[in-house]
Amino acid sequence: MNSRRNSSIAAATAILQRDLLLAFRRPGEWLQPLAFFLIVTVLFPLALDPELARLRHLAPAALWVSLLLASLLALDFLFREDARDGTLEQYALSGQSFTALLLAKTATHWLLTGLPVVLAGPLAAISLGASPDAVPGIFLALLLGSVTLSLLGAIGAGLTLGVRRGGALLSLLVLPLAMPVLVFGARATAMAIAGDDASGALYLLAALGVLAMTLAPLAAAAAVRISLE
Amino acid sequence: MLEVSNLHLWRGERHLLRGVNFTLFGGQVLQMLWPNGTGKTSLLRCIAGFLHAEEGALRWQGKAVAADRDAFHWALAYLGHETALKGDLTAFENLRFACALRSPPAAEHLLATLAAVGLAHIDPEQPVRSFSAGQQRRVALARLSLWGAKLWLLDEPAANLDASGQAVLAGLLQSHLQAGGMALIATHQGIELPGNDSRHWHSPQELV
Repeated sequence: MNSRRNSSIAAATAILQRDLLLAFRRPGEWLQPLAFFLIVTVLFPLALDPELARLRHLAPAALWVSLLLASLLALDFLFREDARDGTLEQYALSGQSFTALLLAKTATHWLLTGLPVVLAGPLAAISLGASPDAVPGIFLALLLGSVTLSLLGAIGAGLTLGVRRGGALLSLLVLPLAMPVLVFGARATAMAIAGDDASGALYLLAALGVLAMTLAPLAAAAAVRISLE
Repeated sequence: MLEVSNLHLWRGERHLLRGVNFTLFGGQVLQMLWPNGTGKTSLLRCIAGFLHAEEGALRWQGKAVAADRDAFHWALAYLGHETALKGDLTAFENLRFACALRSPPAAEHLLATLAAVGLAHIDPEQPVRSFSAGQQRRVALARLSLWGAKLWLLDEPAANLDASGQAVLAGLLQSHLQAGGMALIATHQGIELPGNDSRHWHSPQELV
């Protein structure tokens, strides 16, 4: 019999490793949000007249709405597979902190679906007419925003686990919560593109991120636990 | 020791479990042979903590389960209808992950257990997706024995298993019981465990 008990951190690391391995075996799923983000941001200049000043003006809106929709698209498969095959039940019974395990799941999911979009974001911004000087500001804003969106999204994903085809409901739940992120994120991006100091909006975005980091994992764990009934 | 006393459970409008009582000591197994739809799975899920009983007490080693749920979960292994295996991983990778959730695994131990459940001949690179349902169930049984939990809650553990698979299950249960473990099993056909303290429980009304 085993008597040595693994720490919750070791268990969370195991989840991270396993999910990365699964993603490596099956790349189609996590490339979808990135492809979606790139296509939508490329479609904007095609639909508008390609005058650079106008594009630059619309770039923050295009970037942030695409980021938000890409992250919603990804959320649907955050917990769904683990719920279907019974893995979530085993997490709950492992004697480890359920919150820590689900946070590890959310973090891996962000690494696979959020981070690629954040890295592609400045490139998309430049294609929308932003100057390369604005890249650090845009990158930071997208980074903070996408982490927050993943954390908030985990609550919605947990709440809609019991619902068949919960995608639409998930959007209805998460979009209102995501509004402050959209407002401050787009503002920070607009300021960065205009060449102004964006630090005010970035601090607010970071504050939202810290708030989500402290509260959202607890709420998500409670939501997922309800779905196990 | 697991004590369940006067457990009442409602599912929606149905009063499913009406005062279930039983005590399970180390080395004992209780096989529920209740008819379909009378709450076997619900009782297991209620003990595991997924469902909340409206009334009744659950005690583990003399202490209320609610007081230290993590310690109870640590001592518990649950095998439900779903095997909780990832189709894109190999049997070995699945077991390594399942053990990492609880206690650090040793690779030789994992391989030995896979061999013990009759999966020694499979290709180590083969993903679990391509296994038959019975083979997947055997991987889940290997996980059960690796966890070394004291209390096993098994929901139809013999589902999809052929004759040799059922023998593997009976063998695992026997060594579990001899090591002082206990098991509560929901099953239809009943599992033969000669020489062990195995009780059959035919309906929820019957007192055990």
